[in-house]
Amino acid sequence: MKVPFSWLKDYVDIQCTAQELQDKLFSCGFEVEELTYLGKDVTGVYVGEITDIQKHPDADKLQVCQIYFGEQIGTVQICTAATNVFVGAKVPAALNGATVLHGEEIIKIKNGKLRGVTSNGMMCSGEELGINDDFYPGAEVYGILILDKDTPVGIDVRSVVGLDDYIFDIAVTANRPDCQCVLGIAREVAAVLHQPLKMPAFDYTMSEVNGQEADMKVTVSAPELCPRYIGHSVTDIQIGTSPAWLRRRLALSGIRSISNIVDITNFVLLEMGQPMHSFDMDMLSGREIVVRRAKAGEKITTLDEKEFTLTGENLVICDGDKPVALAGIMGGLNSEITENTKKVFFESAKFARDNIRKTSRALGQSSDSSARFERGVDAYTTEFGMARALHLVQQLDCGKVTGVHLDCNYADTTGKTMTASVQKINALLGITVPTDTIIDILQSLEFEVTLDKDGDTMSVKVPAYREDVDGYPDLAEEVIRMYGYEHITPTFLEKASVTSGGLNDEQKQMNKFKNVLRLQGYCEAMTYSFYSPKSFDLFNLPADAPERNAVKILNPLGEDLSILRTFLAPSMLDNVVRNLRRGNENGKLFEVANVYLPEALPLTDLPKEKKTLCLGAWGDVDFFDVKGAVESIADAFSLNLTFERGQKSFLHPGITAVIKLGTKEVGYIGELDPRLCHELAIERKVYLAELNYADLARKMGSGMKYEGIPKFPAVKRDLALLADEEVSCGEITQTILRAVKAVKAVELFDVYRGGQVPAGKKSMAFSVTFQAEPTAEKPLSGEAVDGFIRKILGNLKHNLNVEMRA
Amino acid sequence: MQLDQVKVRASEEISAAKSTKELYTAKLNVQAMLKDVMSGMRNLSKEERPAFGKIVNEFKQKLEEEIAAREAVLKAQELEQKYASERVDVTMPGKKYVEGNLHPITLVRNQLIDIFAGMGFQVFEGPETETEYHNFTALNTSPDHPSRDMQDTFYLTQDLNLLLRTQTSAGQIRVMKNQRPPIKILSPGRVFRPDDDATHSPMFHQMEGLVVDKGITLCDLKGMLEEFASKMFTSATKVRLRPSYFPFTEPSVEVDLSCFVCEGKGCRLCKGTGWIEVLGSGMVNRHVLENCGVDPDEYSGFAFGMGIERIAMLKYGVNNIKNFYENDVRFLKQFKD
Repeated sequence: MKVPFSWLKDYVDIQCTAQELQDKLFSCGFEVEELTYLGKDVTGVYVGEITDIQKHPDADKLQVCQIYFGEQIGTVQICTAATNVFVGAKVPAALNGATVLHGEEIIKIKNGKLRGVTSNGMMCSGEELGINDDFYPGAEVYGILILDKDTPVGIDVRSVVGLDDYIFDIAVTANRPDCQCVLGIAREVAAVLHQPLKMPAFDYTMSEVNGQEADMKVTVSAPELCPRYIGHSVTDIQIGTSPAWLRRRLALSGIRSISNIVDITNFVLLEMGQPMHSFDMDMLSGREIVVRRAKAGEKITTLDEKEFTLTGENLVICDGDKPVALAGIMGGLNSEITENTKKVFFESAKFARDNIRKTSRALGQSSDSSARFERGVDAYTTEFGMARALHLVQQLDCGKVTGVHLDCNYADTTGKTMTASVQKINALLGITVPTDTIIDILQSLEFEVTLDKDGDTMSVKVPAYREDVDGYPDLAEEVIRMYGYEHITPTFLEKASVTSGGLNDEQKQMNKFKNVLRLQGYCEAMTYSFYSPKSFDLFNLPADAPERNAVKILNPLGEDLSILRTFLAPSMLDNVVRNLRRGNENGKLFEVANVYLPEALPLTDLPKEKKTLCLGAWGDVDFFDVKGAVESIADAFSLNLTFERGQKSFLHPGITAVIKLGTKEVGYIGELDPRLCHELAIERKVYLAELNYADLARKMGSGMKYEGIPKFPAVKRDLALLADEEVSCGEITQTILRAVKAVKAVELFDVYRGGQVPAGKKSMAFSVTFQAEPTAEKPLSGEAVDGFIRKILGNLKHNLNVEMRA
Repeated sequence: MQLDQVKVRASEEISAAKSTKELYTAKLNVQAMLKDVMSGMRNLSKEERPAFGKIVNEFKQKLEEEIAAREAVLKAQELEQKYASERVDVTMPGKKYVEGNLHPITLVRNQLIDIFAGMGFQVFEGPETETEYHNFTALNTSPDHPSRDMQDTFYLTQDLNLLLRTQTSAGQIRVMKNQRPPIKILSPGRVFRPDDDATHSPMFHQMEGLVVDKGITLCDLKGMLEEFASKMFTSATKVRLRPSYFPFTEPSVEVDLSCFVCEGKGCRLCKGTGWIEVLGSGMVNRHVLENCGVDPDEYSGFAFGMGIERIAMLKYGVNNIKNFYENDVRFLKQFKD
């Protein structure tokens, strides 16, 4: 919201500087995002009067001017090529050291010579001052800007052409649509500076019109989208340019002057925050206005000559047979004000903010009006906006205000009344603001307050434009933002109960879980919860894979971010590929995040959110490094995880295992299928693993039990075995463990192929640990262990055709 | 062999030994020679034998001393050689086991939890997919509020009932509906909004705090935030409240912290203002308490919410929010507890 300092001063007597006002506004809830001094680029330019003009002796196109700047500066000689100068003209002249604009650049003026003749400055055009006709009439003429003949000499030109001004760019919070205008901000400024607010004039007189010349009819058939519609006929329109003061106000706000009638509507929008529209009445067929939802397929061409096809979700203003405006957004080209307009029908209305927003978004059409309506315009101001516009018509003497005034009001504009307790307000704030101060502040913000005899209860009438206020906490906020938040003194929950804080067991377990992986050398990754449906194809998932049952976002930022993930590996692979492309040759990452599993599609209820772990490793690692990380989780949480050969559509068929907890499959681990590596143009091997955290968490810690320390040391024996290629380490280990109860551990320590090992076979060396029962009275004897070994070898031979290596 | 010969040969053998190993061989040879000499004793008369034996024994003892002396010298030499040969360049890099790192968002999240846990807060993690009721309606967000717009919320169903939560405040409702005051919870987690630029990401993390009890005031909110600021940043960090607006709090405040880089003097981080906008906060709106079945005349409370990325960016000087989700190992490796 851009507010010119000079305009604010119309309504409030402001004695402080713009910077001081910026601080005041900030403290009461209006952050000035940018404070701009308009004249910052134009310095050292003064008003002078041309007292003499001579031809330049050596240049046909140059003239040598003597310019008088008053007693202090005196007379300065300046040469110019401009042809519109004359003796007696008042002109802006940049003197030695001055800065002016040259296009986008700022240039510095120095004393010098033009073709040998001294020229101590430069006379300026409007463009060089950065202004147009709306700032100062004549600013756009070709040549030097000729100032009004009554302009005093020697003064800084910025004060003459409207550049000695500040623009406050103010952030207005969503609850204060009433401050989307200069008057609204002025009201806050008046309150914060303890000054009265000088209201603009709203009075006008209505004139009799002959017959039915000004008659109109208004029907609102969609009151839910248009709670109030006021129309007023004005005849005898004389289209012309607006007076300089009005044009400059618009210019300061960044709006170009069009014509007096259009300027009046724009002025009211800026001043009151009430968007207005003016129709050329002669272009309205049937002399009527109908506010209704558009028919499907109905078309309108707006003022900017864009055509739109509408739906029943769009609100239109129609005449007897066609749309003449896209309600609240922009007028129609067919009823535009032109230089020939003789009669005008002014519109001041309130439209539902979400409908304007939706239409504006859907059509991609917006305007200053639609921006105001989207924030919210109150039905109360609708009336004052119209009154102000009619006042201006009379002030500018550009039309005859008739008695044809139509008001379709479905809104309550009386303003709320409430009672509030001083004590409760203070209890919420935690400090004691004096009762008089509370009442003063509320009154300065136009709340009507009467204090009850009890000295505590206040009856408060809320200004009708303050739709945001609906309880005493709102009043507390009004009080404290004006009283000053610096009065809030920190306390530490003086009256509150003591509570014990911290993480619960599950949350602590998650922290431990992450740390186990961190200690295995894995870095924690975080990725978006959504990815592309194309991931499913890249991962070669079959058409009926459960992972394909994913929740779709209705309005994603793009297809690549449109699916809530059902497994994490695609995000992890993204990370790996990105790292490799950036030259990070090695890495180990983990992520713990939710997958989203819908019960049904389309969704009928919230999807199940399941915490899942994903590991990704690449470079100088192999399958068993990654498996080791998974095993470290099993160790840390006493989980009995087992690994079985498995298949995944995106993993190497020979290097894939499913991970089981008991009989339940809880995850997988494997090497990325070389076909995918090829497709993604990556040359290093990539390993992926995924584990259902929720399933693991249920069993975490439950397997931990103390066992007594055996009295006698364990006995270790090494076994060198010869096995067929197909026999797995897991099978041999299990067979050994099951053969003899005294076996406590079986560890593979070497695998060898070739040499004396026949083809199709491998030599595997195991270390087997035997341990007597903790209750045993004597250590295991050599003979006993020999017996165990015979039993083990017998079972190995029988079950797996595995033999002792010769 | 005669004793005199042996005397010469033995000394020669001993002094010729260049290592303890050679000395050992020399010792064996000398012993053999002595044995030889001793065997000549049987040729002597009974009377001569004691004198001869004494001479040989004296000689034997002398030889042993000679060998021991030689051995000491050789051992010292050999130790020197061992030292020299095993010498290492101690300036070469050590071998260490390389640990991984927790994500900076996790680190900041844990720091925040630690700070607030000490003040009696428990942690509640609500679902990331939510109903419009928990995300908006119960939080006093009117049906026509702009934040409900398709532009500002990811929706999952055509009736716009299910969505990805846009704020962890949604968790407030779930807690208040299930727990009676006193309530002190933190609700950290992922939130989602359709924004995508250098400072906005379609997914980011928030940390919500909620206190509901009897007699909670705005002064308590300020006190708690000062405690937080001094622990999260520096003890000199000041807290400034200024008016703002959120549908679920009234009064609502924006909370600025004095810049911990320049200590309020004005620098690039704080854009010369001396203050940094860090979080949104306020007294819980009465309608929100009512919506959750908490009597607003008996209880009051405050809530605050901050972006974890924002805190992490401030604390670590990360300038693009995208860095957090690209998971470049060179980025992740920099963050330590």
